[in-house]
Formats: sequence, C-alpha cells, structure tokens
Amino acid sequence: MTDGHLDGNALAGPLSTVFTAEVTTAVAACAGCGRSGPLAAARVYGAPMGYVARCPGCDQVLLRYAEAPAGTTLDMRGIATLRLTTAD
Amino acid sequence: MAGTALRRRLGHRRLTARLVETRDETATARTLRFAVPGWPGHLAGQHADVRLTAEDGYTAQRSYSLSAPADGEFVELTVQLVPDGEVSPYLVRDIEVGDEVELLGPLGGWFVWRPEQPGPVLLIGGGSGIAPLRAMLRARSAASPPFRLLYSVRTPSDVYFAGELDSPDVTLLYTREAPDGVERTPHRIDAADLTAYGLPAAEEPTCYVCGPTSFVETVTGLLIDAGHDPARVRAERFGG
Ligand SMILES: Cc1cc2nc3c(=O)[nH]c(=O)nc-3n(C[C@H](O)[C@H](O)[C@H](O)COP(=O)(O)OP(=O)(O)OC[C@H]3O[C@@H](n4cnc5c(N)ncnc54)[C@H](O)[C@@H]3O)c2cc1C
Ligand SMILES: [Zn+2]
Repeated sequence: MTDGHLDGNALAGPLSTVFTAEVTTAVAACAGCGRSGPLAAARVYGAPMGYVARCPGCDQVLLRYAEAPAGTTLDMRGIATLRLTTAD
Repeated sequence: MAGTALRRRLGHRRLTARLVETRDETATARTLRFAVPGWPGHLAGQHADVRLTAEDGYTAQRSYSLSAPADGEFVELTVQLVPDGEVSPYLVRDIEVGDEVELLGPLGGWFVWRPEQPGPVLLIGGGSGIAPLRAMLRARSAASPPFRLLYSVRTPSDVYFAGELDSPDVTLLYTREAPDGVERTPHRIDAADLTAYGLPAAEEPTCYVCGPTSFVETVTGLLIDAGHDPARVRAERFGG
C-alpha cells in the first residue's frame, strides 16, 4: 500500500489559475539537492484545497499551493530555477 | 470569438459542459460524454478538472482524464466509483443527461502522446488508469509507431472499453480471476509480464503508466529495473 500521493500532473489545473503557460512540463531544479526534472514528475500530496509538491530525489518541499476564500498562495522557495520549454 | 481566445491565453479555461450521453463500462464505472461549447481540443493523455457546485455554493473539484481523443466540442470522461467518495458517486450514479458541470481544461503537457512523437509506445494501465491510455490508443493512426497496451484488471467484469481491446497489441493482465482459455494464472503484474507482453528497453519505448498510486509505484519500479530509462517513463497517479 502507499499513501496515495499524486504527481505533478495534478497541479496543471491549480497552476493554470496563476501561470499563463503550461507549467507541469517545465523543468524544476530542486533548491535542496539540485536534481532537475519536470514538475509533472514531482510527488504531490494533499487535495483538493491545497497541494504540496516534493522533490523525488530528496523529498524537500518544492512548492506549496493553497486556495482560500481570501486568495491563492503559492510558495516556490524550494525551486531554484524553473525552465519553461518552448514545446508548448 | 476574441473573448474566448483572450481568456484562453490568460489561462482561464473554465467551460460549461452538458452531459449528452452515458455508457456503463462496468457495474461501478461509466463513461460520460459532454458537449462543451468553446472546447479548444486536446492531446491524448490530458485531463480536465471537473467542478461541481451545490445550491448553497459549496464546490468540489476533481481531476479526470479525457478518455477519448479530440472530437470537436465533445469530451469523454470515464469515472470509477470510489465508495464514500464525494465526487465520483455523483458522476457514476446521479448525474443525468442534460445536467451541467464546469470543466477546466485541457490540462497537462507531460502525460501526453503527440502523434509526431518518434518511437514506440508502451502503455500500462491499472483499473480506471486505462482512461487516458484509451485516448492514446485511439489517437494513433496507421502511420504511428508500434503501440503495446498492458491492462491490469481484477476480473473479466472489471474491463472497461471491452469491445475495443480485442487486438494483438493489447494484453489483459487479470489479477484475481481470468476467463476460460487464458493461460496466465491470475496475479499482479510482475517482471515476467513485462518481458512477455511489453516492449524491450532496447527499443526505447516511451512508457506511460497510469492508475492507482500503488499500481503506478510498482510498475514504474519494474520498468526501471528492466532497464527502461527513467526519463522515458511517464506516470500519472490517480490516488487511492
Ligand atoms: C490527473 C488525474 C487524473 C485522474 N483521472 C481519473 C479518471 O480518468 N477516472 C477516475 O475514475 N479517476 C481519476 N482520477 C481520480 C479522481 O480525481 C478522484 O480522486 C476520484 O474520482 C475520487 O474522488 P471522490 O471525490 O469520489 O473521492 P474523495 O472524496 O476524494 O475520497 C474518498 C476516499 O477515497 C480515497 N480515494 C481518493 N481517490 C481515490 C482513487 N482514485 N482510488 C481509490 N480511492 C481513492 C480517498 O483517500 C478517500 O479516503 C484522476 C486523478 C488525477 C490526479
Ligand atoms: Zn531535491
């Protein structure tokens, strides 16, 4: 059995309310261990009011997204760089 | 319509979807066909976020794969009932033709198959994880590279899209109970199944693995152990 975590694909909808580009294909470099990979491949926990994405390499928090009546909060301090590809 | 184009560019793609048809897949799953005015089309493998709003304003939102390839302003979702779930029982049991939901989509660009993409394709789905893989299978043409689908199901009565899967490229992997005439004794997918029915790592297929989280964890591990490059293994976890 697992803890039922999701992956970064599940962030596509929530992040589309913040970014104009498709961000789940963007390559995120982890600020903790330096590992790079598409945001779609991150481990994602929690739904549906908020999400935490963790690095598949070192488990550090890459991103937190929370929706509340007062507004949306996006914390991306665990991502050193986010490189958007031109394919989309 | 300039307004629609602008909203799309701004990322606000919430559209009204009206249910036009339903098809039972199993006793606990059905495919819902919606008409969605303004739907821009989609790639096989993408999903949509469905939002339901109760009369008192309470909303619930869940992700569902688009289970058919692009078809103008129509989309299909295929939903498995999760007992005691908030949203899936409504979609599988209660919603009626003519009812409306809100759709945000199409979403995602990673778990997609593009017709121009080179190389063979290995699809491995468990349970409702067949939904986006069915869209990929149907999106291919005679000119497409080789496809293989391994579909893990508990019993013959758990097979979705049963009428469409009778092809040499498709192997049903029964975990509990198999129909008469199937040689493989029922068991959960293992390394021997990948060797027997998958595509070898040397052919460098792009692998798409989808289903409940525990299934995806198992299969991605098996693929990597079998020598598939992790960069070519794409996964979509449904939770559970
Ligand atoms: C990108 C993406 C695509 C998806 N595509 C599909 C699809 O095509 N078809 C489909 O049927 N589902 C799909 N899902 C799962 C879907 O979004 C819901 O999680 C599922 O329908 C359960 O929602 P619920 O409101 O009924 O249950 P909830 O009220 O959310 O949960 C009730 C209980 O069931 C458990 N649970 C949650 N999700 C699952 C699950 N998937 N399986 C088993 N138990 C679960 C929860 O832990 C909880 O204990 C997808 C998920 C993602 C992230
Ligand atoms: Zn890391």
